[in-house]
Amino acid sequence: MMYGYAWDTTTPLTFAISILPILGIGLLVTLKAAAVGYAIALVLGLVLALLRRSRFKIISWTVAGFTEFVRDTPLLVQLFFLYYVLPDFGIVLPAFMTGALALGLQYSAYTSEVYRGGIDAIPRGQWEAATALNLTRLQTYRDIVVPQMVPRIVPSLGNYLVSMLKETPVLSVVTVLDMLGLANMIGERTFEYLVPLSMVGLIFLPMTIICSALIYAVERALPKSGIPLR
Amino acid sequence: MTWTQYLPPLLKGAQVTVMISLSSIVIGAMLAFAAGIARTSSNRILSGIAFVYIVLFRGTPLLVQLFWFYYALPLIGISFDPITTGIMTLSLLTGAFGAEVVRGALLSVPHTQLEAARALNFSKTYTLWHISMPQAVIEMMPAFGNLAIQNLKDTALVSLISIADLTFQAQSMRNITLDSATVYTLTLVGYFIIALCLMLVVRFIEMKLRRGPAFPRSAHS
Repeated sequence: MMYGYAWDTTTPLTFAISILPILGIGLLVTLKAAAVGYAIALVLGLVLALLRRSRFKIISWTVAGFTEFVRDTPLLVQLFFLYYVLPDFGIVLPAFMTGALALGLQYSAYTSEVYRGGIDAIPRGQWEAATALNLTRLQTYRDIVVPQMVPRIVPSLGNYLVSMLKETPVLSVVTVLDMLGLANMIGERTFEYLVPLSMVGLIFLPMTIICSALIYAVERALPKSGIPLR
Repeated sequence: MTWTQYLPPLLKGAQVTVMISLSSIVIGAMLAFAAGIARTSSNRILSGIAFVYIVLFRGTPLLVQLFWFYYALPLIGISFDPITTGIMTLSLLTGAFGAEVVRGALLSVPHTQLEAARALNFSKTYTLWHISMPQAVIEMMPAFGNLAIQNLKDTALVSLISIADLTFQAQSMRNITLDSATVYTLTLVGYFIIALCLMLVVRFIEMKLRRGPAFPRSAHS
């Protein structure tokens, strides 16, 4: 019995059906964590990418080093770091927020590389032309860089959303009751791990396949020549 | 306790991490070649099996796979010790991602070369190993490098099935000392150093491959 839903362990099938509503509650947590984490990754990644282009060597090198470090160390350890070390500095966040923050931080290192690649792909001549035309920095980014960048970066950003979705179960380690966390709890109480864990895998599979298909559709729908912002 | 006293247990954990990572990269690479070649094969059954394997392991979270092999599989009478379970799961995951890399690289070999090989009456196997693969293998290296780093990061999850790797040691050190900041900083630095070494190894192999013919020339050429 969990969240008011009792399970029926007579056969694997009835068990699977009876725990579906419980896993559904976990699924919402999984999706919420991925959404919050992805929002953090998109924004923080952009900040990192722009700082990396700073004229001051100290800033660009520090950011480059930070990004590389975050990219090459495990999410789980970063999660433990945030979960146990932040409270030492007086920052006490609920487990869910810590988890979303860890996801966002790890993936901001990836997205910053995507943004950087997108900006670098703009030919030098266009930057020079923008200078020659006396465009401001804002105008250059808004009217020249971003419109061409978007179709190029959407596929990679989308792929990272799918990977992030698949990494959310790690959050169950710090007591977040996502799908895997709930499946484990059901397993502990019924001594039946096979059905709950298989169900989690079976729910993830169509989710990731549909997400990938959607991203592919968006990728094909975007005009290669760019999207005007105005 | 000073931070230098944390090092011996962490180093012991790092050894386990390196061992698991290297063995699952090697086994994963073999699986990747097998599944990648099977995917490009004209044999429907072979390519179908490879497809199901790739979709299944790429589409589900590693932690779910790991728990499934560790908690669920023994319930139907199949059980392995934690280390075997860890290496097996990581190998299967790396193999599934690597298979797509192998497939992509094989498909990137210009079609005209395959036609030329057919015109010269080379067998399919000969064409694969002596014409497609030597070129494809160089194409694969950067992607394989990324997968190796991803694999190293993924090994942290095996600490959750009670393998005493770097993360596991860090957890127990923290539980003893409660000095979270130092312990986890050292752990992160440890993973970073291993990752840098791994990148160097991949670069070295790539350089070696670029230099000479990847496979010894046989009597045919």
